[in-house]
Amino acid sequence: MVETKKKQGRSLDKVYVWPYLIRIEAICAIICMLVLTVWSITIDAPLEESANPTKTPNPSKAPWYFLGLQEMLVYFDPWIAGVVLPVFIIIGLMVIPYIDINPKGNGYYTFNERPFAISTFLFGFLVLWIALIILGVFFRGPGWNLFWPWQYWDPHKVVALVNVDLSEKFGIRSYLLASIFGGLVVVGYYVVGTAAFFFLWRNSFKEMGFNRIGVTSFLFLTMMALVIKVFLRLLFNIKYVWVTPWFNI
Amino acid sequence: MDKKKEKQKLEIISFLKGVQKQILESQVWKSMFRHSYADTPRNRILMIAGNIWLHIHPAKLARHAYRFKFTWCMGGITFLMFLVTVVTGVVLMFYYRPVGEYAYADMKYLEFDVPFGMIMRNMHRWAAHAMVITVWLHMLRVFMTGSYKPPREFNWVVGVILLTLTLLLSFTGYLLPWDQLAMWAVTVGTNMASATPLLGHEGPFAEFVGVNSRYDARSALLGGSLVGPPALLRFYVLHCIFIPLAAGALMILHFWRIRRDGGISGPL
Ligand code: HEM
Repeated sequence: MVETKKKQGRSLDKVYVWPYLIRIEAICAIICMLVLTVWSITIDAPLEESANPTKTPNPSKAPWYFLGLQEMLVYFDPWIAGVVLPVFIIIGLMVIPYIDINPKGNGYYTFNERPFAISTFLFGFLVLWIALIILGVFFRGPGWNLFWPWQYWDPHKVVALVNVDLSEKFGIRSYLLASIFGGLVVVGYYVVGTAAFFFLWRNSFKEMGFNRIGVTSFLFLTMMALVIKVFLRLLFNIKYVWVTPWFNI
Repeated sequence: MDKKKEKQKLEIISFLKGVQKQILESQVWKSMFRHSYADTPRNRILMIAGNIWLHIHPAKLARHAYRFKFTWCMGGITFLMFLVTVVTGVVLMFYYRPVGEYAYADMKYLEFDVPFGMIMRNMHRWAAHAMVITVWLHMLRVFMTGSYKPPREFNWVVGVILLTLTLLLSFTGYLLPWDQLAMWAVTVGTNMASATPLLGHEGPFAEFVGVNSRYDARSALLGGSLVGPPALLRFYVLHCIFIPLAAGALMILHFWRIRRDGGISGPL
């Protein structure tokens, strides 16, 4: 690294850690401790009544940092929302350095040199994670129904369940045909989407290789599938896209 | 500036210097500090290299690494919040018993009878929540500066594990107050485990594996088929021993890797 810098004709501008960095760290730590102490003096941690297994509160909310996942329970079965998605999120984050081989933007802020990486990450982080948490904390009430924060939480609010499967929308009545239809839709989505990625990135195929494009497109399509399912539910009341005897998606 | 003011300023400075000299040369001061600190490059390096806490840093760093705008100090604040939870957590452990009959009563005891019990509990909880937020912001900053790019790929992976452990620490701690909030939030969370494909009794393909509600992924986590006293004990052990040790070890690795990977990333 030092060599490349010398080649570029730039000298390393090095500064003493003591006192210049230690000073910043000390001030930062003192401010944080002050804020935390004042906060802890003025605001008490919640303690509700003693745990009671026979009294289920409505709504039962997970800790706030998991409410994005709990929100996904509205649109997906628990095995997807609670198991597959968290695993994909963790693995997806871990593989980022290995699939993003764009050498630009290493060690400085830039949008123009890596627009796809930054937009995808920010969409996932700000919309699918943070915004859904805000929705879950402030807008979800009894029965996991939507309420405004200032609205009375009416536990008897009735929301008609009129959701149907995608196959029914297309008039497919037989279960077997519905399964096949759903399978085609889901598999087709991934096949077409992956093909689109390979086509769009055909010029960087040499550097990226098959695996990187494949993994990137799979993760990207899965993330977008969440958005698609949310819209299908909200606009067309679609319950499942794919029904099988073992699982539903 | 006119001459009079300048003269006044110089007088004030020389007065302060005199006071400083008097303090530094007083017997009391000398009895406390044997050597003076000369602000030389050698001493600046020694301050870092010779101090067990500070030698985590190199003696010198690239100029941009100091800029608050670059790191937002978020990794450091995350670590600070972790330390706060460790210290306050140990204090809480003196009073708290992870047993169904006692846990909630001990929380009340901490709140009303233990000196400084309430503020220890508050600081522990708010620092834990703060840590969750700062670790997300730290990840956001590392992403936005592209710092996961070579040679720092693996430290990003270590970071993702740390992120997961941070959430698990927070989640396991959520159950310990043993109140309604705790029990039902953890019930909602751990119910997901029963939907694990193959391993959970409500998950896809469970019938082929033969798991049931008393013997599946969730019951392994809870020590039973619902969130009861065995779950409290398990979460306590995970929260106070296993996850902090794992997170602590990975933080050591994380910090070591920052140095090995050439310090904080920066524009070439
Ligand atoms: C318990 C959690 C964590 C702690 C205590 C921690 C601490 C730190 C500290 C103190 C630094 C020095 C620079 C800075 O403050 O920004 C750092 C850098 C770094 N962290 Fe973390 N971190 C944690 C979690 C994470 C996570 C979740 C990620 C990513 C997913 C991550 C990836 C990195 C990387 C790649 C660097 C090097 C940054 C660079 O060179 O610019 N860390 N970490």
